[in-house]
Amino acid sequence: MFYRENGQFKTTYKADQQIFPITQDRVGVLLLIAFAFIGVPLLADEYMLRAILIPFLILSLAALGVNILVGYCGQISLGSGAFMAVGAYAAYNFFVRIDGMPLIVAVLMGGFFATLVGMFFGIPSLRVKGLYLAVATLAAQFFCDWAFLRITWFTHDSASGTASVSDLQVFGMPINTPFEKYTFCLCFLVVFGLLAKNLVRSAIGREWMAIRDMDVAAAVIGIRPMYAKLSAFAVSSFIVGVAGALWAFVYLGSWEPAAFSVDRSFQLLFMVILGGMGSIMGSFFGAAFIVILPVIINHALPWVGDLVGIPVSTAALTHAEQMIFGALIVWFLIVEPHGLAKLWSVGKQKLRLWPFPH
Amino acid sequence: MKLRSLMMAVAIAATGLTSAVVTTSAQAQAKEQFFPVLPYRTGAYAPNGVPWGNAYVDYLKLINARDGGINGVKITFEECDTAYATDRGVECYERLKGKAQGSVFQPLSTGITFAMTEKAPADKNPLITAGYGRSESSDGQVFKWNFPLMGTYWSGADIIMQLITKKEGGNIKGKKIALVYHDSPFGKEPIPLLQERAKIQGFDLQLLPVTAPGVEQKATWLQVRQARPDYVLLWGWGVMNSAALKEAVATGYPREKMYGVWWSAAEPDVKDVGEAAKGYNGLVATGEGGKVIADVKAQLHAKKQGTGPVEEVGTTLYNRGLVSAALAVEGVRQAQSRYGKGKVMTGEQIRWGLENLTLDQKALDKLGLGTVMRPLSTSCLDHEGSRSARLHTWDGKKWVYSSDWIEADDTIIKPLVKQFADKYAGEKKLTRRSVADCQS
Repeated sequence: MFYRENGQFKTTYKADQQIFPITQDRVGVLLLIAFAFIGVPLLADEYMLRAILIPFLILSLAALGVNILVGYCGQISLGSGAFMAVGAYAAYNFFVRIDGMPLIVAVLMGGFFATLVGMFFGIPSLRVKGLYLAVATLAAQFFCDWAFLRITWFTHDSASGTASVSDLQVFGMPINTPFEKYTFCLCFLVVFGLLAKNLVRSAIGREWMAIRDMDVAAAVIGIRPMYAKLSAFAVSSFIVGVAGALWAFVYLGSWEPAAFSVDRSFQLLFMVILGGMGSIMGSFFGAAFIVILPVIINHALPWVGDLVGIPVSTAALTHAEQMIFGALIVWFLIVEPHGLAKLWSVGKQKLRLWPFPH
Repeated sequence: MKLRSLMMAVAIAATGLTSAVVTTSAQAQAKEQFFPVLPYRTGAYAPNGVPWGNAYVDYLKLINARDGGINGVKITFEECDTAYATDRGVECYERLKGKAQGSVFQPLSTGITFAMTEKAPADKNPLITAGYGRSESSDGQVFKWNFPLMGTYWSGADIIMQLITKKEGGNIKGKKIALVYHDSPFGKEPIPLLQERAKIQGFDLQLLPVTAPGVEQKATWLQVRQARPDYVLLWGWGVMNSAALKEAVATGYPREKMYGVWWSAAEPDVKDVGEAAKGYNGLVATGEGGKVIADVKAQLHAKKQGTGPVEEVGTTLYNRGLVSAALAVEGVRQAQSRYGKGKVMTGEQIRWGLENLTLDQKALDKLGLGTVMRPLSTSCLDHEGSRSARLHTWDGKKWVYSSDWIEADDTIIKPLVKQFADKYAGEKKLTRRSVADCQS
């Protein structure tokens, strides 16, 4: 009744090609962004911001990057954790070695170096495909784990091998309180979200999808596989690298290579698969599922235990959290193999007809 | 269709639940002092984390049961499992810090300590890292909120080197000493001190990192076999320790020449190796149980109130946990002596208590801790309190004390602490606390 495009006529190409052709969508997304900027900081308490929303935003950004590579271009990568690490350590080195380095420039430089490393490790994608490529990108993961653990130059010769930053500020404004950190991350996410959405709608995005769907056919119609694949690696690594820098600088503050281990790569890949491959929206759903759900389970179980009168011990809680989480992943994959984003679009389709189903 | 609507309902319910559950953060009740507990009962390091966590909780329970709280202030506590992972530890810290107006945190992980060191000053929560954490944080003028009580890794490494020097008759010039360490902030901590000592004493230091969690060490021990070092220092945690001992047996490296830090020399580390680990030495900073262990057994385990199995009470790591909890409780008690007995203390007040903590033998005896821990006294300049440990040796069945208490050598550690603390202060643009701030 409310959600339908009847009567919204497009009279210009510009109007026809906008990101959200339906007015309701446009308004909805603008409201959502406004809510994220204004409403959330008012409603959420410190724990919510620092322990849930900030990691959610940063990992959404990382998932967005991985989705471009895996979802749009079809190149399975297990090296995302490594690209995050490159972003984090490159940004760290720029930040501590160059006096007066602006934070945003440092973060973007992190993204730039992640791009270089990503493209280098993307070269095998020109020859190998699918699972073999996944194994080849795993090499990036192990190489970076090793490099950041053993080459002390990267950690500014810190004795313990941990890197840490403090006194973050942008244009003289400090980034210290949870609210400031949240807004900072949100700005990055909005900018890169918009960028990614436009990129995948453009010619290059179509090339990626053509490569994903059938690379031989794509080559036949004149798409250069090398250019398409490496550009996907570049764009993806850039976004992932920026996310890595934010994860290290804003969320952790002090980190060691274990923060970007192979587990992180898997986590990001799962986000993309669960959220929906080849969907910008899916990256957010996937990140929410992976970041927020375990915390909810962890909070809800003792409460449920109290209701039934069974005290839940700390160890049982963690084990149960992982079991329930695992079961939910399997269940969602069975009922909706195309990810949570598919559910979203099905919901929107239904809403168009609602409340008259025929 | 039906399934879809069901799933939508689940999704909506889940969202609702988040806001309902997450936003209800309990406020601290009047007259109750909240103690966050950050153990790890799951993950690769659980076998070592569990006894520590059980003891920590047992001691808090004991204070309530035996003494009726700290001067009448009841203790409440909540656990959050960190699984020894830094990001989970940060989440736990954020979750538990909201439950009170500041409280003492003890993460039992050097990695989490590094992350919390950046967060604690802003939140005004003191951090006790008894026997771990950043070594330079014993400098209280720079690290106002960190308390590496009862010895840092530099103290530990120093004590081991003193023992080895003594065994070699005072001269270890030209000797080869290998450090087999957990490749993490924890394992890398002793390196600066060992390098300093290598320069002074002229021994040859070989660094052999083991990738966490340390199950696979074949390559490392191949290097040991080739280099044949005169001594091996073991800086491992969890499964890495027993794996290292098994590899030492396999390569035929004499266990008598292996020295572990206090986290590498407890019952879970040698139990699996048993007879083969005979002769292995390790530091221990706690003593065998006295009155407090009897109290735990009588007041808690006899009444089925104990946290873990009763056999665990009095083991090395259990005593560690007990002492760690006792330090936190005594910090609160000391704070109460200044800010009002029987009142709930804030993080800032507890910090003062920890900085002005004096536990002499008489006070420890009164608490029943006389045989479990050594006297300690902290000040603004020295957040470490005491820096002594002794050696115990595994005889195939149990640990036997094999040396006297040894003090770490301040003449080597002090300049190093100052140098590293100044470096940290420079990086963070901090200024050293003034004398006036120290006395406040």
